[in-house]
Amino acid sequence: MSAAVSAERRPTDWRTASMQRRVRQRYAAERRFRLLGLAAVAASAAFLLFLLASMLARGAGGFVETRIGLPLDLARAGLNVTPEQLRGPRSDLALAGAGLERAVDSAAESAFPRAGGAALLSDAAWLRVREAVKRDPSLLRRRATIDVPVASRLDIAFKGGGTPAERSVAHALGPLLSRGLNRDFLGGADSTDPTRAGIWGALKGSLLTMVVTLLLAFPIGVLSALYLEEYAPRNRWTDLIEVSINNLAAVPSIIFGLLGLAVFLGTFHMPRSAALVGGLTLALMTTPVIVIAARNAIGAVPPSIRDAARALGASPVQVVFHHVLPLALPGILTGTIIGMARALGETAPLLMIGMRAFIAAPPERLTDPATVLPVQIFLWSDDVQAGFVEKTSAAIIVLLVFLLAMNGLAIYLRNRFETRW
Amino acid sequence: MLRLVQALAARMPATLPHLVLAATALGALGGCVDQAAGGAAGSRDQIRVVGSSTVYPFTTLVAEQFLANTVGAKPPVIESTGTGAGMKLFCAGIGAAHPDIEDASRRMHRSEYESCARHDVGLVLEVQVGIDGIALAESLHGSGMALTTTDLYRALAAAPGGRRNSARLWRDVDPALPAIPIQVYGPPATSGTRDSFVELIMAPGCEAVEPDTRALRERAPEQFAARCHRLRDDGAYIDAGENDNLIVQKLRANPDAIGIFGYAYLEENAGAVRGVTLGGVAPSYATIADGSYPGARPLYLYVKKAHLRAIPGLRAFLRQYATLWGRQGPLVRRGLIASPEPVQRRAAAVIAQEIALDPAVLR
Repeated sequence: MSAAVSAERRPTDWRTASMQRRVRQRYAAERRFRLLGLAAVAASAAFLLFLLASMLARGAGGFVETRIGLPLDLARAGLNVTPEQLRGPRSDLALAGAGLERAVDSAAESAFPRAGGAALLSDAAWLRVREAVKRDPSLLRRRATIDVPVASRLDIAFKGGGTPAERSVAHALGPLLSRGLNRDFLGGADSTDPTRAGIWGALKGSLLTMVVTLLLAFPIGVLSALYLEEYAPRNRWTDLIEVSINNLAAVPSIIFGLLGLAVFLGTFHMPRSAALVGGLTLALMTTPVIVIAARNAIGAVPPSIRDAARALGASPVQVVFHHVLPLALPGILTGTIIGMARALGETAPLLMIGMRAFIAAPPERLTDPATVLPVQIFLWSDDVQAGFVEKTSAAIIVLLVFLLAMNGLAIYLRNRFETRW
Repeated sequence: MLRLVQALAARMPATLPHLVLAATALGALGGCVDQAAGGAAGSRDQIRVVGSSTVYPFTTLVAEQFLANTVGAKPPVIESTGTGAGMKLFCAGIGAAHPDIEDASRRMHRSEYESCARHDVGLVLEVQVGIDGIALAESLHGSGMALTTTDLYRALAAAPGGRRNSARLWRDVDPALPAIPIQVYGPPATSGTRDSFVELIMAPGCEAVEPDTRALRERAPEQFAARCHRLRDDGAYIDAGENDNLIVQKLRANPDAIGIFGYAYLEENAGAVRGVTLGGVAPSYATIADGSYPGARPLYLYVKKAHLRAIPGLRAFLRQYATLWGRQGPLVRRGLIASPEPVQRRAAAVIAQEIALDPAVLR
């Protein structure tokens, strides 16, 4: 019997030329596929590296400012303010009327008469002097040299750009110039002078907006998902709701902006440009994403765990909150943070509700006018002055770091809570 | 009551119930807010400005100076919406929900004033803050073009003389011009700069080439616009988007092309582009200020008179504007062209004595 079978089906002879060729072809196909995959990964990594490298190369200068040592003799500048006035509660008022701006300008004119005088200084220079005087009122009585930021053109020239004439001015002033961390950029708000413009106003606006979005979208999204997965009967109505949620998640964001404009501003008369309204609008956009992610995560919890909990006497609410939700949490959090990251990068709906305004101070409250990071980047990219080019790139770096932090948090939370069955 | 809600929303560790409460309460209060705002623009303490993207950089600079020089001032909120869209917001009503100032890169139309009147906006101040020039420019490596308004009309109109525009090279327009292709980068149809370009440069060229259109201008403005304002769309006029920096970059890459943008951009990018002369006049501060360069237009602020009393700091803000628009002032350093002395005096008087605009002067 066995002899008959072996006569019919002889073992494959791998040494024949045709078989060898087929084996070679199989290995070649395998290698080709692996190379193709590797090339795809390398191409996307190269794009990413190119983006990061060009942003870092252009934007790194945005975090650095050029300063010039300005010799000041405020005792002889004829200011109508005394150190004693600055100790009182009305020090701001006393300084406002003191004529400090003129004193700083004339000091620059007499110190650098040939290089350009007051035109060398940034608009922020006299504000820096004002701060210094506020900290140390004795400056009004003595001579001192204060480092103040220089004008945008000189700043660019000192960093190696600009026209040859501007570079030669920077070269001539060389020993007086120094570099330092630009505190105005990290701690200030928007400005018309690139040497003074700051990202903190937009960053704080983004943070406030995101807090509102998270506080609304997360509970509403998770509760809807729990109801739909654990309680809702399967019928035509729940099917309709499911389709609607999937549709909403794919609706272009500008439509949510129009909705926010009509509902929050038009009907409820909420303040225009406020972080509160921005957060509400983005919550509308983010909730469907969270519902879908949360439903998938909840659906992936094995039914055996629910059955075991019920068998041990847990009520349906206890099953959900003691077992299902904790096990689904990593997936829900990942989905939430992806939705939030998308909301963080969103501009279109925020333009509709007026969050593209120029605001020279960071928002203090949720109802204060605010901008957000991507809108700030958009506004600076459109600005006339050459100094805003590096500020735009620097703002993009800040946005990328913010996004990286959020995604890092998502990975951390997922690993922290993840369970394998 | 609104203050209470705002204070509630302001407490930052706002838990969800607080927020929902705040949101619903704000909604429910919508009615009262409206009433409160109807009489005096009550519950807002910062100035709100909307309007032209051309005036925006100047107004933001004034806002900054205002903030630095005024103790306890709230930062003004300035939105760049474009003149037309800004007028709609400005004329939508009076009170805290509506802006105080409109930045305009052209004069208010009579229809817009009427819409303001319908919404009980009341008296409006008109302040001319300065002049803006529309500059034509080319790369520093360009061929040094010298054009006239009629050249531009013949090169860029959709149908000069009623026939489809078939000019491909500048030489086709005028034999004295070089044989390089017509490529003009300019702003899109929604832009105020484009409106001004067609009104200030295309229309005079059109009237010079086709004298019969002169009569149409007053009698049938729609027909005039159809004949003189339409730009060709076959690739000679290239819509480069609202971003003027992008046009500068394109000129740098393409020495044969010509770009259209605000004069401030020309001045700021003097290291990369230079102005194209129009009728022998190069765009410069002096030629735009004295009106010899054809592409010059006045810039305005419109202010609601009723808000002057209600919004804290609004009067001080306008006075700040007036101190900065002089010939040596910071606005001029930023690219504004100062208006002539008498116009400045008149504008300062409008601010000081709160003289309302007479609608009879509008078209």
